[in-house]
Amino acid sequence: MAMSTDTRPDAPSAPVPAQTWTQRLANPTQFMKLSDWLLPILSVLAAAVIGYGTYLTFFVAPPDYQQGETVKIMFVHVPSAWLGMMGYGLIAVSSFGLLVFRHPLADVSAKAAAPIGAAFTLLALVTGSLWGKPMWGTYWVWDARLTSVLILFFLYLGLMALRSSIDDEAMAAKQTAVLGLVGVVILPIIKFSVDWWNTLHQPASVVKLDGPAIHSSILVPLLVNAIGFSLLFFALHMKGMRNEILRRRVKALRLAEVERASHGREAATAAG
Amino acid sequence: MNGFMTLLKRDLALAVREGGALGTALGFYLIVVALMPLGLGPDLNLLTRIAPGILWVALLLAALLSLPRIFEADHDDGSLDILALGGLPLELAAAAKSLAHWISTGIPLALMAPVLGILLNLEARAYPLVVATMLAGTPAISFLGSIGAALTLNAKRGGLLLALLVLPLYVPTLIFGISAISSAMLSPDGFAASFLILSAISLVSVALAPFAAAAALRAHMQ
Repeated sequence: MAMSTDTRPDAPSAPVPAQTWTQRLANPTQFMKLSDWLLPILSVLAAAVIGYGTYLTFFVAPPDYQQGETVKIMFVHVPSAWLGMMGYGLIAVSSFGLLVFRHPLADVSAKAAAPIGAAFTLLALVTGSLWGKPMWGTYWVWDARLTSVLILFFLYLGLMALRSSIDDEAMAAKQTAVLGLVGVVILPIIKFSVDWWNTLHQPASVVKLDGPAIHSSILVPLLVNAIGFSLLFFALHMKGMRNEILRRRVKALRLAEVERASHGREAATAAG
Repeated sequence: MNGFMTLLKRDLALAVREGGALGTALGFYLIVVALMPLGLGPDLNLLTRIAPGILWVALLLAALLSLPRIFEADHDDGSLDILALGGLPLELAAAAKSLAHWISTGIPLALMAPVLGILLNLEARAYPLVVATMLAGTPAISFLGSIGAALTLNAKRGGLLLALLVLPLYVPTLIFGISAISSAMLSPDGFAASFLILSAISLVSVALAPFAAAAALRAHMQ
């Protein structure tokens, strides 16, 4: 952590009790300061890694002996699916942070993560569908993995719809957090759907106890893309959180202005 | 426990004496099931094959329609605030109201299913299976639904939103209800596995959903 409490200009002279980094980040100003220099770094890294991953995808990774070039859909499909699930995990952790610890940035984080996670989930569904046509002969099958990911997408839609339908922001935050925590049961269902049911979708082949079941010529581009997509996710998430914080500040300033204006009018009418 | 029983009896009495609510759900159930043969064509073999699925999906929709009743009236007239202030934990109050919804809506809908099965040419040996899976699955529908009903109390366009929030949560119940029926139709001993999972889903919902519903209700009251 770059910022220690005593370098702040307004640091009190009395010794400040040691803060954990989550507590320090709970101050939106500190978060804005940190993200101000972290965000450009993340963005450049994301662009570079995804660029390298794209190069590996098209020029280095060999076509599969059965699937041909279509195997390369995997380099988008698998990272998107991982991030779709991770996004929901992030929402669940943020919801927990809001409901239990009242962490002031938790709701900002949950709100920013929802559209990004939904986009990655949709991307996983669409690329999976495009991959399914040449491989399985159909764009869609009602298989356990596909169905559970579709439900994940619906949960994202429900979260966003619930938030937008409640006017009071503090209440919307809490209600959305309750739903976010309830919906977290979908994550283990997605993860284990391929083991519990006999499905068309192949079981886990990268994250396994006895090592990945994929040849390294395919695995390396996949992991590079996964890292690149994750960096993109975090960059977008951080940008979304910054926007949300700024939006709230603008709203608070506007409210203050309206209040001042109405006081001014009251004073004027009282004087006149 | 005294307060729990009192609240349960009060909600059941309200459900019976208000009238209309249960009739609407049953009527909706009937009309949705009756629409299916009109949409699919009167092929009896096809209807026999898909009858359990139609009955289950229509049951979910009919139950969904009645979910807002769990908390809405009490929220509108302020009784919910009184309940929150009273000695009964809000979790138990939510459980009592969900249980009342199950008894007043879930059970009648499940018992209505065999009657509607006649319209769909349901196989004779499927009747007890349909009723058994529905009786085991409807507690999950009422209790999970109470979460959605609590969340959408103050929402604009709450009814549509409720469907979007709650139907994804109903998917496991639907899947295991149907798979219990279809596996039992294939072999007599195929019933247990799916039926046990269905019952487990119901029990977990009964145990955990009141906490989520109460958390949502508390957020409304602050």
